[in-house]
Amino acid sequence: MSGHMNLTLKVWRQKNAQTPGKFVTYKAENISPDMSFLEMLDVVNESLTHKKEDPIHFDHDCREGICGMCSLYINGRPHGPKRAITTCQLHMRSFSDGETITIEPWRSAAFPIVKDLATDRSAFDRIQQAGGYVSVNTGGVPDANSTPIPKVIADEAFNSATCIGCGACVAACKNASAMLFTSAKITQLGMLPQGQPERYSRVQAMVAQMDQEGFGNCTNTGACEAECPKEITLNNIAFMNNDFFSAKLFREQHAHDHTGGE
Amino acid sequence: MSEFKQTFNSSLGKKLLMALTGLFLCTFLIVHLGGNLLLFKHDQGFAFNSYANFLTHFPPIEVVAYLLYLAILVHSIYALVLTIKNRRARPVGYAVQSKSPQSWSSKNMGLLGAILLLFIVIHMGDFWFTYKYNNILGFKEYRTNQITGETTVTAFTPSNPDFERSYATENNVEIVRVKDLHARIQWSFSHLWYVAFYVIAMGAVSFHLLHGFQSAFKTLGWVHKKYNGIVYFIGTWLFAVIIPVGFALMPIVYYIQSLS
Repeated sequence: MSGHMNLTLKVWRQKNAQTPGKFVTYKAENISPDMSFLEMLDVVNESLTHKKEDPIHFDHDCREGICGMCSLYINGRPHGPKRAITTCQLHMRSFSDGETITIEPWRSAAFPIVKDLATDRSAFDRIQQAGGYVSVNTGGVPDANSTPIPKVIADEAFNSATCIGCGACVAACKNASAMLFTSAKITQLGMLPQGQPERYSRVQAMVAQMDQEGFGNCTNTGACEAECPKEITLNNIAFMNNDFFSAKLFREQHAHDHTGGE
Repeated sequence: MSEFKQTFNSSLGKKLLMALTGLFLCTFLIVHLGGNLLLFKHDQGFAFNSYANFLTHFPPIEVVAYLLYLAILVHSIYALVLTIKNRRARPVGYAVQSKSPQSWSSKNMGLLGAILLLFIVIHMGDFWFTYKYNNILGFKEYRTNQITGETTVTAFTPSNPDFERSYATENNVEIVRVKDLHARIQWSFSHLWYVAFYVIAMGAVSFHLLHGFQSAFKTLGWVHKKYNGIVYFIGTWLFAVIIPVGFALMPIVYYIQSLS
């Protein structure tokens, strides 16, 4: 078929977290340039299954760039060479015929490999569970207009909320830091009026959980914001830092504590 | 663990210490460059030697100097601790090197910092330690005629080995005798390899601060579109251009002068 591509894939294969992995080379033949990257892997897996070989494991779900499930470190970049998309939105026309593509899993101590290219990103869930919520007590339904939110704040909070928790920020960061993810969640809730009651306890709890998971430390290099499929900015990290230091240094809520701290 | 320890043991607490010590060291550079501009005065080191004597004998400066050494130590040790933690956060690296867009200086802060630490050790050993604790430096006597304003310079050998500085006025002639650090600088900067080392180290200062200055503000959380431009402007032009170029000119100018 004319216009179709033939590619060489160097894929990381690893049985489980305990077994050491290695690169295995596969041929991807007769690939349509209009396929997504994941569909190309589906084709390769189809032929592997026919040959009674173990198909390549990779994470995927919605395939429309919104669930945050797909990953893959493609030729040195999370989600491949294009800006602001996930791997499922990456088309094979972004590569050239005959190219060799190296596919690696997210590399982070906090994201252990489940199998091949699939990693366990539940560390993100635990950070979220540590404080990434707004407690809503029971009672009557408040009128929607009783909580005014400035348009700018609504937009900024929404921009932070677009984070899909895919982990590309961790994968891209030279320090494997999760500060872009954590800060996006903190900023989203910290900006809105509904998030205020838990604002300062939230930032402390989520940062503590992030540290406990074994992620690295931000050096403001900015690879995360360049690779984020949702274009979350470094400003979120500055917002988190501001709230964290504010909470730690100025907002101890013990005005009537007579012990004087210790 | 106390609240205080908990704060500074957290990832953000360590970064806060890096940012604060880093910015403190930045402010020191301004003062250091300002004072050292005296090296460009053509007075055979009169002003510079008097300034060096003042720095080592003025108590508030002594206090700030010890804060400075502490800041260098904290900045270096925390950099090491954070780097080790960052390495542990990615035990298995990537086969393909990162192609994500990111500045060279931000990726090489550790290397640049290591060059700077080496430079600081050598620089302080050669000038600060020699000046304060070593009796190998000579002395100069500056006689200024207070009517004509002319200054004559002669070498001076004190009878007391602990001599530092003396000031006297005789018949409208002001006599200042002071330890001659200037001669040591002239001697050091007459070696090409030494000059090259200084220029390379100043290159490291430039790239370290090109990223470091604005990064410190991000770490502190002081990011706002109202003043981001000013922070970037100061970080780039003052700390990555004017200051390192100003310092680098000193060994270069002295080397050129040593040739003639």
